[in-house]
Amino acid sequence: MAVTILFLGPLRDLAGEETREVPAPLDWAGLLDAAGPLVAEQLASERVNVACGGKVLSDKHGLNAQDGDEVALLPPVSGG
Amino acid sequence: MRNVRIESGAFDPHALTSNLAKSCPEAGGIASFLGAVRAGGGVQALELSHYEPLTMAGMELLADDAFARFDLMGLSMVHRVGHMVPGDPIVCVAAASRHRRDAIATIDFCMDHLKSAAWFWKRELREGSWHWIEPRAQDYSDKDRWEK
Repeated sequence: MAVTILFLGPLRDLAGEETREVPAPLDWAGLLDAAGPLVAEQLASERVNVACGGKVLSDKHGLNAQDGDEVALLPPVSGG
Repeated sequence: MRNVRIESGAFDPHALTSNLAKSCPEAGGIASFLGAVRAGGGVQALELSHYEPLTMAGMELLADDAFARFDLMGLSMVHRVGHMVPGDPIVCVAAASRHRRDAIATIDFCMDHLKSAAWFWKRELREGSWHWIEPRAQDYSDKDRWEK
């Protein structure tokens, strides 16, 4: 089964798609690999957050996504 | 009164403010802020996206913070997502309090957090191509001043 990676905002353009399914489980190294070099470069920035299962991770490097989890990649926001 | 919403279609910011005022008859101060899509600069359209599992919960927490921090009688906070054109309302925050300062500070506080700490992303259509809007350094410093 799979983990779904969701590319939000400008990361969607870099990834070339909105979602990508990858095999579970998924850790940080696996995420960098699955996201591709352009997105991985953005993920290195402290300003890019990662949510797993609907919760923002306080330590994204400790990502441990299981089967069925959605991993959302959250670039700097611009609301209002 | 507390009214926190994300709208995918047009909303009436004036009705929002007048409803808040009606529901808080003991408020001596009603303040509101309306953010709209700017005309000019070749902007044809604005698109706002969000991450639903986080956005609404984040706005509710922001409203909790506002009620804890200020002496409030009511708060309305509505944010658009989707496709908009110049002149369309993007966001409206309205606050009611016994005296003016709490209402004015509340909308300032909420807007500073909606700009740089809520899960929204926006892009503009200019001359036929889309451009993502990056947060400005001032958006972060505006928010940080509430943490002192």
